[in-house]
Amino acid sequence: MQELINRLKELIADGTVVRAIGWKKGDMPYNPEPAYFEKPEDFDNFVYDGFCGANLSKMMIEAGKLEGKTAVCLKPCDTYSFNQLIREHRVNRENTYIIGVGCRGKLDIEKARKAGIKGIKSISGIDIEGDGDVTFDTIYGEKKMAYTDLMLDRCHVCKGKDHVIFDEVIGESKDTGDADRFEEVIKIEKMTPEERFAFFKSELSKCIRCNACRNVCPACSCRKCVFDNTKFDSQQKANVDSFEEKMFHIIRAFHVAGRCTDCGECSRVCPEGIPLHLFNRKFIKDIDTFYGEFQAGKDPEAQSPLTDFTFDDLEPKDAVGRGDK
Amino acid sequence: MYSIAKENLNSLYAAIAGSYDLFMPIKTAGQTNYGFWKEGAEGDIDTLKTIRSGKDAFFPQVEQLYTVNREIVPADVAAGDDAEKAANTPIRTKLNVTPGKLVDQDFVIFGMRPCDVRAIEVMDNVFLTDPVDSYYKSRREHGIVVALACHEPEESCFCTVFGVDPADPSKAKADVATWMIDGKLYWKALTEKGEALTAKVANLFEEADADAKVEEEKAYIEGIAKQLPNADLSLEGWGAGKTDEKFKSEVWDKVYKGCLGCGTCTFVCPTCQCYDIKDYTTKDGIQRYRCWDSCMYSDFTLMAGGQNRQTQLQRFRQRFMHKLVYYPTNNDGMFMCVGCGRCVEKCPQSLNIVKVIKAFAENK
Repeated sequence: MQELINRLKELIADGTVVRAIGWKKGDMPYNPEPAYFEKPEDFDNFVYDGFCGANLSKMMIEAGKLEGKTAVCLKPCDTYSFNQLIREHRVNRENTYIIGVGCRGKLDIEKARKAGIKGIKSISGIDIEGDGDVTFDTIYGEKKMAYTDLMLDRCHVCKGKDHVIFDEVIGESKDTGDADRFEEVIKIEKMTPEERFAFFKSELSKCIRCNACRNVCPACSCRKCVFDNTKFDSQQKANVDSFEEKMFHIIRAFHVAGRCTDCGECSRVCPEGIPLHLFNRKFIKDIDTFYGEFQAGKDPEAQSPLTDFTFDDLEPKDAVGRGDK
Repeated sequence: MYSIAKENLNSLYAAIAGSYDLFMPIKTAGQTNYGFWKEGAEGDIDTLKTIRSGKDAFFPQVEQLYTVNREIVPADVAAGDDAEKAANTPIRTKLNVTPGKLVDQDFVIFGMRPCDVRAIEVMDNVFLTDPVDSYYKSRREHGIVVALACHEPEESCFCTVFGVDPADPSKAKADVATWMIDGKLYWKALTEKGEALTAKVANLFEEADADAKVEEEKAYIEGIAKQLPNADLSLEGWGAGKTDEKFKSEVWDKVYKGCLGCGTCTFVCPTCQCYDIKDYTTKDGIQRYRCWDSCMYSDFTLMAGGQNRQTQLQRFRQRFMHKLVYYPTNNDGMFMCVGCGRCVEKCPQSLNIVKVIKAFAENK
């Protein structure tokens, strides 16, 4: 982490960039926040550890409009989002200095809570260079968890240790994937339509319409969201009937189809723990099946299958009912 | 005092639900939220913090206020039997307004934590002062609150900062106070409403001479509460009359930057009570409903002229000024935060009221 701080300070001192976007220490050992750093003393609070899961690429939409260059710390999977934002002309590459930061998987405090860990005073074993278990010092005694058991779900289907776009890389990364990316999707595809409906109904009925998924999503970069239109009956903040939320989530999933890099931020931030990434991953799986393997954000020049046309494209009638097979 | 073994709680829920609607923490799809209990539901009073607070009991996220429908009055009816007159009478329409139904039956809110009970007092100051909100009032009159002590407070809790006692729900404005100690729920009615509820389910209880046990539990909880990382959070500089000083502070510009502008903090908060009133278009009219609003949203208090808060800095400042300055100014110094810590746990960007208070303390 010190190497990263030194380098960012140096980039500001030599005028390469005016500011940096990284993570600021929280008041709990697990709640660092995305923040801007400009002056040398700002870096006293800089942190980069296992709980720095937030994908900072979307912050470059606004930061890219500021005077002078901005350095941004991106983990390998975040660089896919950044590439996709370039593809959509939403970020200014010229105004960005990308520091690819090392990653050995990011952590989810909810996993600790589910394991009954509470009253946390301090946490060790979450350093970026570390290796081994995570130890919680709590009011109720010392608790341990394996690093991988504490990882965000998305890190179990890691996209790999390579940054797909960067100006320089600091720190080592590790491919933390140990699960099949489409396993959950296949499980849902195998359900009967009634079971599938019941599954999504029970998950989506928890939605409180806080819009955190939308606001954090790097693919949701519309200047004004259709759900923020005050003349629209299905406006952002109310669920008129108990399952009205489905409309919001399904429209959103369609809108990001072919553009979603599967960064997993939607599920990370959902206060109700709704596995929102499953919608997007279903689209990704279908795109792979019907148009050949495609990873949004891998190559900013690549044509997305959904904005391309060939005479060999799948006919809608052939796609209908595919989930039942 | 009475007691009931933890494994018999389902029969207690069933017995309460036999006489009342029972609103309590229920686990669905892996998360615990308040909901109406019915046979087969998984009541969960072990989880300390429900994701949504108990405020839904009195102030639901969406509430129908009234419906309006347009009724077409046929010309012949309007004109009586006079056929010639009928032919010359335009179709007339009549507007029917049907008010939403007020709650008129007692219902039970079970397992509410002392912080959430305090939050009811915060909302009372808003909804029960002139002009009294009849929808809220009807729920308050009919709601019977069974409060539950917090056996093991968590690091995100800071209720003691606002004078809430997690150890003693009998100090909260509840109707029944309960404690879960060593696999038994101890039950003490505090009000007439609480006595009436107790009488209905008394056959499931055992008499318990457990004052000493409860005192021991209270001491245990108080001991934990003192060790919480934010137990000593200072509110110095906040409160009534601090509007100018705090509003003009440059600290806001430093603390808001990570804010996504989502509504998570406002929607999980037990004291946030801003709402919007909207119309949903139906076949022949409208359904007028109100729904929680969030000061974090770009259309919050948007009027035809467009003059609402335009930047996220302004919206962010509004939320904390309301809780820590404006509300206390209008309510004899009472803060609009009860320290439940839901925002501490749920903000996607890890911003929260504690960090705001600390940032101001550091930048004095």
